Amino acid sequence: MLDSVEVTSRVGEILTAHKGMEGSLLPILHAIQAEFGHVPQAALPIIAQDLNLSKAEVHGVMSFYHDFRENPAGKHVLKLCRAEACKSMGADRVAAHAQKALGIEWHETTTDGRVTLEPVFCLGLCACAPSALVDGKLVGRVDEAKLDSIIGGLK
Amino acid sequence: MKIYLPLDSAAVALGADEIAHALHAHAKAKGVDLTIIRNGSRGMVWLEPLAEVETPTGRMAFGPMALADVPALFGDLAAHPKALGLTDDLPWMKAQTRLTFARVGVIDPLSLADYRAHGGLKGLERALGMAQADMVAEVTNSGLRGRGGAGFPTGIKWKTVSEAKADRKYIVCNADEGDSATFADRMLMEGDPFTLIEGMAIAGLACGATKGFVYIRSEYPVAIEVMQKAVEIARAEGVLGAKVMGKGPAFDMEIRVGAGAYVCGEETSLLNSLEGKRGVVRAKPPLPALQGFMGKPTVVNNVISLASVPVIFEKGAAHYKDFGLGRSRGTIPLQIAGNVKYGGLYEIAFGLTLGEIVDKIGGGTASGRPVKAVQVGGPLGAYFPRALFDTPFGYEEFAGKDGLIGHAGLTVFDDTADMLGMARFAMEFCAIESCGKCTPCRIGAVRGVETLDRLGRGDASALPILTDLCNTMKAGSLCALGGFTPYPVMSALTHFPDDFSTQKEAAE
Ligand SMILES: Cc1cc2nc3c(=O)[nH]c(=O)nc-3n(C[C@H](O)[C@H](O)[C@H](O)COP(=O)(O)O)c2cc1C
Ligand code: FES
Repeated sequence: MLDSVEVTSRVGEILTAHKGMEGSLLPILHAIQAEFGHVPQAALPIIAQDLNLSKAEVHGVMSFYHDFRENPAGKHVLKLCRAEACKSMGADRVAAHAQKALGIEWHETTTDGRVTLEPVFCLGLCACAPSALVDGKLVGRVDEAKLDSIIGGLK
Repeated sequence: MKIYLPLDSAAVALGADEIAHALHAHAKAKGVDLTIIRNGSRGMVWLEPLAEVETPTGRMAFGPMALADVPALFGDLAAHPKALGLTDDLPWMKAQTRLTFARVGVIDPLSLADYRAHGGLKGLERALGMAQADMVAEVTNSGLRGRGGAGFPTGIKWKTVSEAKADRKYIVCNADEGDSATFADRMLMEGDPFTLIEGMAIAGLACGATKGFVYIRSEYPVAIEVMQKAVEIARAEGVLGAKVMGKGPAFDMEIRVGAGAYVCGEETSLLNSLEGKRGVVRAKPPLPALQGFMGKPTVVNNVISLASVPVIFEKGAAHYKDFGLGRSRGTIPLQIAGNVKYGGLYEIAFGLTLGEIVDKIGGGTASGRPVKAVQVGGPLGAYFPRALFDTPFGYEEFAGKDGLIGHAGLTVFDDTADMLGMARFAMEFCAIESCGKCTPCRIGAVRGVETLDRLGRGDASALPILTDLCNTMKAGSLCALGGFTPYPVMSALTHFPDDFSTQKEAAE
């Protein structure tokens, strides 16, 4: 569990660093997620007060965007592209293989907390499809064999 | 020894970083003094990672590089198993007209000196000596239209902002590039970021705006990093800042990162997102040109629109306008993607036919099977059958065939594609990404998925419902997300009726 004192002080620092920035809420949420791996509930009232918004407004913004997490993800995050160009090269097949190999559906985390599987709609790698993002590392031309070795490498 | 090896995301996704490590390790072991320049991609994605070795006769290309191909780069180059010859002589490179992408893959993306040596900042220098109205007229005369999808004349947008009276104005670059099959914005930002900065600075001068934002999608980590560094360099070197190039008015820039919402590519939704709000679409009017970011006059332009401005100022509007077809002037960076043999970025004047692009340049499918359909213009674009391969690539020409060119991405599908499945995906995508503000999009897309599922089960009575639903979405949606989703759906239905045949189940 995150220590609330720690959250308060780190969030305070992040808010200070974004003072004077026009429309700073997204950069703030990104910075908080980069720090904690998700946006802790405890951070919302602090942000709200600082930006003179209601907590509901901050939550509304946060929940609008696919990137922001309310809860921590697994140790590793595997994102597979589901968009058209990747589909034309077998992305559906690869995704089904991943779901079977991990025993989870989209947006779920393996029971051991090792891998979270998420869809992504295009990584701009559409000429070397299907594509994946493994803990921030881009991978092109993903097939079942490549996926098995990727998953095998996520310890 | 000097080797160019792309930092481009596609090259990295295919192993460029590993090749770079191996090159350094090998050079060290052999005692070779090696410099690796991480450049942009030349656009031949099927050859990535593509290494180029500088030789007295020019840059020699080698690709696609595997780790096993590294040692031989330190031997007889002509005998290298992946030797392709001089990069400039490759047919893919030779046949293009690279105006916007002239420097991408050629220069070191983060060297301002290299940028200048290749014609960079000439356009901005020229703009600094011009009156605002003349700058706007230059863009209007070039015939440049928005490359983000809607094709709105860039000069007219700039004129509105330029003539608006306000204490602050903004230039916002739309780098949300969410469409499947598109990566031109990404490649430009990764391979030649100063071109975008120069284009935005010119836009700032022409419109009297002092601040620019680039809104880059979070799915583009490399582009974000390169752009951030480039802005810092441009500021440190006095290109940006209190006096543009040390003599002009103020213009500075900031890089902002999206958060995984496709709809934030829509300009008003993007502006809300930049302001720190939910990325919901705003009703128009007011136009962003008059009341945009923070309610101030704002130019919102696509990366490629803005990155085409420097060459227009460097070579003149007439030079740019001379290329093209009909009302589609200049060049367009085609992004050839999906199930295609030679995928990548190919910049050429408007006017090639779809068939020339897919069969000749793209070389047909990667799978070797027949081409069944090509989706042009991303997830909101229509599926074209071979029967429409004579359509010339231009805004009006594609609109005339119930399609659109959008951001000029093309996804090729072979004959195994299930078009009912693709139509269903279009509705599903719209449902996932809808901002929720208007009902036709939010609810219509969900109904669309259900209706296509009924069709998939062989329920023919769902057909008229689907058509009705598409008409409602088209007519009643606030933006093109709901409004254009019917394009892929209806084109799939119209051109590939067999895939929707309700007899299918019975026959099997
Ligand atoms: C759902 C949706 C997504 C869009 N995504 C993008 C995008 O990613 N990039 C872009 O430049 N324009 C996108 N647009 C078009 C923008 O609304 C706008 O027309 C464009 O940024 C204007 O710039 P331009 O005139 O230079 O093309 C999108 C539009 C819609 C309706
Ligand atoms: S469609 Fe998958 S990377 Fe673009």
